[in-house]
Amino acid sequence: MRLILLFFSSLRLTVGCLILSLGLVFIGTLAQVKIGLYLAQEIYFQSLFLYWSPTGGDFKIPVYPGGYLLGAVLLVNLITAHAVRFKFSRKKLGIFVIHAGLILLFVGQFATETLSTESFMAIGEGGSKNYSENARKSELVVIDITEPTHDNVVAIPESLLGRRSEVTHSVLPFTLKIQSYNINSQPSADDGKLNFSTTPLATKMNDRNIPSTRVEVMTKSGSKGVFDISNWLTEENLAADIRRVLGEKVPASAFLPASFQVDGHTYQLAMRPVRYYKPYTVELIAFAHDRYAGTDTAKNFSSQVRLIHPQTGEDREVKIFMNNPLRYQGETYYQGGFFPGDDGTILQVVRNPSWLTPYLSCILVSAGLLIQFLSHLIAFLKKQRTATA
Amino acid sequence: MNKPVSGWTRWLPWGITLLLVVWVLASLRPARETSDFHLRDFGQLPVLLNGRIQPMDSVARNSLLLIRGKQSVALEDNKTLAATPWLIELMAKPEDADQRKIFRIDNIELKGLLKLGEDEKHFSFNEIKNNWEEVEKQAKRVDKIEAQIRTPYEKGVAKLNFSIGLYFRLKNSLRPENASDFQLELESFQAQIKPGLAALQKSQAKEEYNEDDLQKVITFFRRYETLSKTGYPLVVPPANAGLSRDDWRTVGASLMESMRSDSIQPAVHHYAAMLTAYGKNDAPAFNKSLASYQSWLTQNQFTAAISKGSRESFFNHYQPFIKSIALYLIAFLLGCASWFGLAPWVNRAAFKILALAWLVHTSGLLFRMILEGRPPVTNLYSSAIFVGWGSVILGLFLERLYKDGIGTVVAGFVGFITLVIAHNLSLDGDTMQMLVAVLDTNFWLATHVVVVTLGYAATYLAGFLAIVYVVRGVFTRGLTPAISKSLSRMVYGIVCFATLFSFVGTVLGGIWADQSWGRFWGWDPKENGALMIVIWMATILHARWGGLIRERGLMVMAIFGNIVTSFSWFGVNMLGVGLHNYGFMDQAFKWLMIFDATQLLLLGLGLLPLRYWKSFASTTKAPAPTP
Repeated sequence: MRLILLFFSSLRLTVGCLILSLGLVFIGTLAQVKIGLYLAQEIYFQSLFLYWSPTGGDFKIPVYPGGYLLGAVLLVNLITAHAVRFKFSRKKLGIFVIHAGLILLFVGQFATETLSTESFMAIGEGGSKNYSENARKSELVVIDITEPTHDNVVAIPESLLGRRSEVTHSVLPFTLKIQSYNINSQPSADDGKLNFSTTPLATKMNDRNIPSTRVEVMTKSGSKGVFDISNWLTEENLAADIRRVLGEKVPASAFLPASFQVDGHTYQLAMRPVRYYKPYTVELIAFAHDRYAGTDTAKNFSSQVRLIHPQTGEDREVKIFMNNPLRYQGETYYQGGFFPGDDGTILQVVRNPSWLTPYLSCILVSAGLLIQFLSHLIAFLKKQRTATA
Repeated sequence: MNKPVSGWTRWLPWGITLLLVVWVLASLRPARETSDFHLRDFGQLPVLLNGRIQPMDSVARNSLLLIRGKQSVALEDNKTLAATPWLIELMAKPEDADQRKIFRIDNIELKGLLKLGEDEKHFSFNEIKNNWEEVEKQAKRVDKIEAQIRTPYEKGVAKLNFSIGLYFRLKNSLRPENASDFQLELESFQAQIKPGLAALQKSQAKEEYNEDDLQKVITFFRRYETLSKTGYPLVVPPANAGLSRDDWRTVGASLMESMRSDSIQPAVHHYAAMLTAYGKNDAPAFNKSLASYQSWLTQNQFTAAISKGSRESFFNHYQPFIKSIALYLIAFLLGCASWFGLAPWVNRAAFKILALAWLVHTSGLLFRMILEGRPPVTNLYSSAIFVGWGSVILGLFLERLYKDGIGTVVAGFVGFITLVIAHNLSLDGDTMQMLVAVLDTNFWLATHVVVVTLGYAATYLAGFLAIVYVVRGVFTRGLTPAISKSLSRMVYGIVCFATLFSFVGTVLGGIWADQSWGRFWGWDPKENGALMIVIWMATILHARWGGLIRERGLMVMAIFGNIVTSFSWFGVNMLGVGLHNYGFMDQAFKWLMIFDATQLLLLGLGLLPLRYWKSFASTTKAPAPTP
């Protein structure tokens, strides 16, 4: 036990882990050129191990510690070192403050990685939204549009589509048979029919996967039809793209929402980004894209929005612009992007309960480093002065 | 050095420094006019380019930098033609300018394509234009290839195509290049506006109209429409009260507007008069129209633009960073010399010159900050200037403390190298570009960027101090126990400083990212680079505290810090991914690899067994530092 404690509290372990971390960050950065930032982050930094598998082989062996493992060992190392080795003294005050700040930073970042969600809200000028959408995750939705006043929606997460061949739900009087599912897909027109085929996963920073699936609706009395559905059909900008390219090769009906009737109810099927509904509405009054005089260089992007919250009675205008986000009800709205014609905004919406930890940690570590090094420096200068005097 | 100094050796360091001060001060005097034309004043005229008001002189210098790689033109008789005189010649006497050898072409295949002599580097427009069509064809093909994967030949084609385009635009900025007397042309244009527009209205109303009047005005319209697209700087200030102060126009755009308003802007008239006078070699007439344009600008509340123009053109003339390069080099060489047993006054002189170089450096830094209204670091160019500045101030501090010449030598060397890097980065043109939206925040530029850049400065200083340790230890007997002890104190102290600044700077960067797109940490390459410095500095400190390394290990690790920092500073920009990726540098990659190789070599030297170290081999039983 004592040996284990010694091992975990040793400075050799610290140095070893730090050197391994340096290597990890380096290869993880280089890897981004080929596989993109998002994937590199998952493989190198949000992992326990980096694996190697021989070409063609179906086993993998861990060859290098991943970010989570190194972070965890360093954290344990730091805590046990304080428990076993360190004795608090005024001389070591700086070190204690630095390490407290680092622990906070580690824990805070781990909380961010696990608890935070990122989504976006794309609003055209004059339009409004009460939900944000996830840019990376989609869902299959079955919408019951029978009632004129409201829709009933059943959402099936994307992850389920890849795993199951049949999906049922207590409120749906039918079964969905998943015939195929593509994480990333490309539309084409074959014999006057719209078809989605699978394509390699997106790797570049601003690329994303656009899924599609082929679903057969089965009732007790038989099949209601086979539907090809995809985000290509539901998302406005994507739909505009394929209509422009394939519009002449397939009939207009191919772009309509997939729809069928069961027991007197009318249902629609669609594939769309996962939505997060809010108890309030954000309305875009105006979007501005300022440029420097005589150039195309962007000077600023800003969105003048109206925030309407019926429950609290709030109704106010807010300006969101670069480096000036809106923090509201645990979420933060950032100026993220804009529509091609400058007539709409894309707000990045982040929910991150631990957003304050880096701020606190920064203060702690800076203060600690200052205390530690300044006290060294002052002592050294004093000695130097007495030496020369 | 603690011996009492007396006689001439006491005054010599001051004497040398004073001479250099005079040299610096002499250049502060405004440049003399080299001809009867008031070209210095012409060079100060404000125009709008790259989103900012700048003097004509900056347009000329930056364009020449892009085309020729230098801010002036070398003439046959060892004389030089300055940027502004070159620019006005290009605009007023294009036939003369076309004979100047200003296009730099290095690629032999490209020279072959243009049927040019292989031994020369610079060529005139006239030499190029005969075979230009072929290059234009090639350029269209190259244009579709991503910049990073172009061959040297393709890069040469793209660069020449760009240079020729820029040259053409400059030529057609103040007037169409084939207008021999633009003043006269403007008069006939003015006379033609009314009848021409009358004819146009009548023709649209299907009434009888004068075909000749209509054709003339249409010809003018087409001519100025082309001119509005070719004009490079926006030279016509917004004279109408209703316009925004930023609404500057090209001459062509202003003339098209004149068709509606039936009045030609005074600026257009003045420029036309200046060009015509210059073309006719009529200095008094040129100076008169220049003066009347200047007073027109003053009367119309363009005083801010005028003073921006004259301040920046003064800065262009002063060239503080180029002067600092020379001064740092002198300080470095003198400092090195003082180690080889030369008199102690050499070291004192080196220190004084280093301080002077740093003062000139500082004055340039402050001048730039005032011109831009920004904190010191806004782009890669200014980061190089600031890294040098930070290293030198730390080096000065060390020298004050230890007085052994080491601080001077290292600071002189880092100051010299960083300013040379900055100079090479400035060859990309305007170094005071406007900042894209996300960077447009003085608060974060003043905090995150400044702090993180000072972190770079400190890691380099530590690394170069360590190089002094290795080089002196391996190749000379000069690494005495006292010196090696003070060197290791210096490196340790600077590593502490670097840790503080790199860490705080990196976290501040994360907080900025949190403020602007909601992600404290995104594993973006530039962030990773900064993190790597922090990790490495922490590694050094922990290894030292844990007794895993001693003096020599500290030095070797500090040298490796140079590689880590260079990767963070330049390497990540070459990856071509990520949000921080500003500008790919072709040459820079090669140099980075060379630098890394030298560092690895030094690092290897540092790892040599002590019996190969001259300083330790002779002193048997010396308290040899263990790795």
